[in-house]
Amino acid sequence: MSSTATGDANHPGLQFFRELPHAVALGIKADLMKDGRAEMSMPWNEKLVGDPESGVIHGGAVSALMDTCCGAAAMSHPGANGGTATIALRIDYMRPATPGQTIRARAECFHITRSVAFVRATALDDDDDRPVATATGTFTVEGK
Amino acid sequence: MAEQPRRPRPEPVQVVKQRRDAALTALVEGVPYIRFLGISFDRRGDELTGVLAYQDALIGNPMLPALHGGATAAFMEVTAIISLSWSMLWPEIESGTTLAETLVAGQMPRLPKTIDFTVDYLRTGLPRDAYARAKINRSGRRYASVHVEAWQDNRDRAFAQATGHFLMPRRDG
Repeated sequence: MSSTATGDANHPGLQFFRELPHAVALGIKADLMKDGRAEMSMPWNEKLVGDPESGVIHGGAVSALMDTCCGAAAMSHPGANGGTATIALRIDYMRPATPGQTIRARAECFHITRSVAFVRATALDDDDDRPVATATGTFTVEGK
Repeated sequence: MAEQPRRPRPEPVQVVKQRRDAALTALVEGVPYIRFLGISFDRRGDELTGVLAYQDALIGNPMLPALHGGATAAFMEVTAIISLSWSMLWPEIESGTTLAETLVAGQMPRLPKTIDFTVDYLRTGLPRDAYARAKINRSGRRYASVHVEAWQDNRDRAFAQATGHFLMPRRDG
């Protein structure tokens, strides 16, 4: 995967992210991946619940969504050239996601060097103004 | 020889173990996402070790193949929350109050809420079972700080570590 998509076309790596076994198991849908940006969504599902009393999705599932989305953003940056792996990822949980609503993640690779991609992401439910969580991460960049 | 004050006879070991294990099982199996990931807990006294049983659905990169970083993060977060809950509930379970019975009856206690969680990926997660242990570095009335290490074949070669902060549930009834 050496070509980088620009313009309207998604990065060719999008299909790779759509087929990741764990992302498939979580029900993650990869909606966009190009120019250092990625958008993914994860519909509410009973099996992802962390608090059975309220039906709120477990933070771990949100982490998995954020990690996947951040990785896709890093890989699709014009300065990247191949695969990527997470070096570190920090998630801040602002509030519980509303039960029954899809969680959407948007990630942006805001800086890249020859070795490291710096990415930030936000997770939202149906309320666009109050994020569920934010993330910042560092990812490996494969040598050219 | 001075007369020793008589202490009550200790409970039979099977009774103690049964109560502890039943409470732990109820705590873990009450959470759908923990069942989804296939995580169980090994208990030695009050010490817990999380066990992530390998399944193909945990794979992130099928080409390597490697565990998904999100699955690793979730495993460590689950281990932190269960270990923190267990340490919070332990005195009540030990005192033989009704807590163990209410847990087994399906009434879940309020669990700590994650404030932030930072994962440090040290090595590729291999397609096999993983283990994790949490160390509670601080546990106050409202906030707790927990460090987690996860390893696979070799305890001294962690493949990931994490630190998280948690908001403790109010315990005033």
